Amino acid sequence: MLKVILSRLLQTIVVVFLLLTFTFFAVRQIPGNPFATEKATSPEEQAALEAYYGLDKPLFIQYVNYLGNIAQGDFGDSLAMKGRKVSTLISEAFPVSLKLGLISLCLGMGIGIPLGIIAALYHNRWQDYSAMIIAMAGICIVAFVLGPLFQLLIARPLSLLNVAGWNRGSDLLLPSITLCFGVAAYLARLTRGGMLDVLSQDYIRTARAKGVPTLQIITRHALRPALMPAVTFLGPAFASIITGSFVVENIFLVPGMGQHFVLGITSKDYNLVLGLVLFYGILMGIANLLSDIALIFMDPKLRS
Amino acid sequence: MLRNTISLTLASLALISCETRSDVEIANEENILIIGNSNEPKGLDPHLVSGVLESKIIRALFEGLCVDDPMKNSSSLPGAATHWESSDDFTEWTFHLNPEAKWSDGVPVTAHDFAFSYRRLLSPDPNWPAKYAEMLYFLDNGEAYHRNQFGKILCKNDPTFPLEWDILKEANFTGDQKLNLGNLAKKTFAELEESDLKKLQPYLKEGETLNLAKLSAENVDFKSLSDPEKRIYFNSIGIDKLSKDQLTYLKSQPDLIAWTEGVPAEIRQLVLDRIIAHHEAGKPNLWEQAQVGVNAADDFTLKLKLRGPIPFLTEITKHYTWYPVPKHIVLKHGEINTAFSSPWTRPGNLVSNGPFKLKTWRTNHLIEVEKNPHYWDHDTVSLSGIRYLPIQNYYTETRMFGDDQLHVTYSVPSELIPMAQEKYPEQFRQEDYVGVRFLRVNIKNTPFDNPKVRRAFALAIDQEAICNKILQGGQKPASGIVPPFGDYVPPGLIYFDPEKAKALLAESGYESTSSFPEIDLLTSNTDSGLREAESLQAMWQKHLGIKVRIVQREWTTYLQKQYDKDYDICVGGWIGDYLDPTTFLEMWVTDGGNNNTNWGSDEFETLLKKAENTADVPTRMGILSQAERIILEDTPVLPIYWYTTNYLIRSEVKNWNPLLLNNQPYKFVKIEKP
Repeated sequence: MLKVILSRLLQTIVVVFLLLTFTFFAVRQIPGNPFATEKATSPEEQAALEAYYGLDKPLFIQYVNYLGNIAQGDFGDSLAMKGRKVSTLISEAFPVSLKLGLISLCLGMGIGIPLGIIAALYHNRWQDYSAMIIAMAGICIVAFVLGPLFQLLIARPLSLLNVAGWNRGSDLLLPSITLCFGVAAYLARLTRGGMLDVLSQDYIRTARAKGVPTLQIITRHALRPALMPAVTFLGPAFASIITGSFVVENIFLVPGMGQHFVLGITSKDYNLVLGLVLFYGILMGIANLLSDIALIFMDPKLRS
Repeated sequence: MLRNTISLTLASLALISCETRSDVEIANEENILIIGNSNEPKGLDPHLVSGVLESKIIRALFEGLCVDDPMKNSSSLPGAATHWESSDDFTEWTFHLNPEAKWSDGVPVTAHDFAFSYRRLLSPDPNWPAKYAEMLYFLDNGEAYHRNQFGKILCKNDPTFPLEWDILKEANFTGDQKLNLGNLAKKTFAELEESDLKKLQPYLKEGETLNLAKLSAENVDFKSLSDPEKRIYFNSIGIDKLSKDQLTYLKSQPDLIAWTEGVPAEIRQLVLDRIIAHHEAGKPNLWEQAQVGVNAADDFTLKLKLRGPIPFLTEITKHYTWYPVPKHIVLKHGEINTAFSSPWTRPGNLVSNGPFKLKTWRTNHLIEVEKNPHYWDHDTVSLSGIRYLPIQNYYTETRMFGDDQLHVTYSVPSELIPMAQEKYPEQFRQEDYVGVRFLRVNIKNTPFDNPKVRRAFALAIDQEAICNKILQGGQKPASGIVPPFGDYVPPGLIYFDPEKAKALLAESGYESTSSFPEIDLLTSNTDSGLREAESLQAMWQKHLGIKVRIVQREWTTYLQKQYDKDYDICVGGWIGDYLDPTTFLEMWVTDGGNNNTNWGSDEFETLLKKAENTADVPTRMGILSQAERIILEDTPVLPIYWYTTNYLIRSEVKNWNPLLLNNQPYKFVKIEKP
């Protein structure tokens, strides 16, 4: 067990390092100038800004310096939002995305897993088809369609809910429902697949033959192995959902991490992009580790 | 357990949603205005920002010498200054500050704060990235100080200097802008065209030739150059920008740079000695020597000396670059010109002198300002605060307005205008705005090196159709680059005339449209940008038979390509900073930072200089109109339309009137209780 965790940790460190290295050189290949504004930047000013942010040095030296700073826990300054530290931006935005992400993940699990079980139990019957249509729709209908629909159909008629914003407690509701759809849809499909696989196993048939009630078969014998694929999926899904979604944040005016990802790229904010990639990489590593540990607990075969 | 969870969830849901009043209803009771502000501001330091959305927050926080009149354009009310007077020729102004005016921490606002602020914005340090320093070039010697014009600073303003500046100033201090070595070096000396040779000619003697490639290399070793090459090299840089080594070398051979006839040899040595001495002293700050026209005569008297007559100075002082920053706070958090690393604008640190002070600043979430109790005119201020929401998505913004979450929106996108007009007839506003949309043309690239082709392209734009069919926001066809306002009579040389455009194209010397080189039309990667580009493409195809190719690039690349002049024709726009035609004309001077067309005209610049020295308003406007005529006749810019603003505003918001610059003086805005 400990060995698995240690080797996983080691892998994570290597992966994050490679990811960071690749991103460092890749973002520099994007055309455009981080200091370009509508009002012209003079050559002297450009040079001074590059010197201030250390961009005037050879790329490899910059890379070494960056790694040195990271090792000291310094993510550097944002190039686009001058005067603000990348670490400040992340620490402001992450709690928002974490809250939103956790709620929509719970919602997604609450909807997706039962839907998948129902679909598997009523395999090839109308319940199955309707559940899978819902799931398919959840995958296909993207947030920028769903979000405005919710705004117009739910928030506008309901005076209790605001269309967008991040001030009232109820402002959590619509963005988290919008976000949870994708997760729920994937979980439903994965649970259904896992469940069908398990239900056709001999030991389930034996249990049925012995006359064990269906509910008990599912909760006692089938559910745990059937959820394995879903749990594998949940690790990365968790990491990506708590780091925010640009579309949902843009539509619902949520001050989360997703917009930093997109706007960091478009404004060539190298430091911000690197900081986010590093943060995301570490989160992803942790989430994968957690889902691995969960799998080990669920499957005795993996423990040896 | 399960039952507990459910009841807990229900209880908490009931708790969070017990508020049934809308955001606007709550805000009305608290007397707070909620405004959509389109994006997160890049910063709140009045000297470092350059955007419109930042200015909307800064104008609530800070106050200049004068403030905007909420009722009419080009009219100034007392701000930090109670009254002011100018000399008859409008070159010397005295502003009497209000002794009651205080910073939001209770410290009085003095003339020293203003002098400090102007010195700060004009800081000549290359690490000081102020975008708008040239707004203070109106001050006498402001440009010389900001741009380190050592010759002028060290020789002109010293009464002991033995030669008049008027004679000395003809020497090449600032470098010959026409000698663009990077461009010239693309050819060898033998391949140079006559126009290029003409630029080099003043510095070459009979029969001399050059190795141009050597001159344009980075880190030129000037000692290895031949004499004519040194001459070209030094003259392209100018005395002010030469390094200490170069100046020392120049002392032994002063003829390597252009002086005027009347400058005796010993004066040449004296000038060089002074600049060398300045370098040797470690380039100390030259604020005193530069004698920039700012003088805090006493705590509450600010005297300004201008570079020429500027009858509209009060208009300019309303621009945020002329606002004061708190000297005591800025220096507490850094040096005078510490830029981004200074935390003085962060919440908790920021101290301001305007009707409001900063309360909350959360990235991508909210900026809230609250009434400043120390503001001198706080009885006039009706609002107790303003909330700025960084709503990037205009659809969301319009929906939030409909859901009573906002008092005023930032903008209504053109596709929603018909809906807004129908659904919110009372709340929808469409107002003129001093801004112009145009196409820049790179006049170095064929076929746009031909003025007839440029003009043909300009006349083939069906401006009316773009305004009425595509934008639908009340924009007006632009007959020039200066939008209509005040006493200015535009020359009005651009209009839609496909026949004339065709005729011009026939005269241009291109046999047929198929012999035309390929033309790229550069635009940004937005939907509206694409729609606009496609309609231009269709118009040129229809009226001229020329098909241009649309190139979309995302924002920073689109800007960078313009600065690099790496385009054929490109969409752009400009919004006036103050109500005077110069805000639209001065950008087109040769190699101006926002010119980007390679265009330049001595005649145009002479006229602008002439206007600079003309105090009589009608005469001045006439000269500026002539200047615009020159640029429109040569057509390096193809005007498309004049801007409007389209936005939604709730009817309980009062004193929010149409203003050409759309700079609402928030201190007068009221929320009317039903």
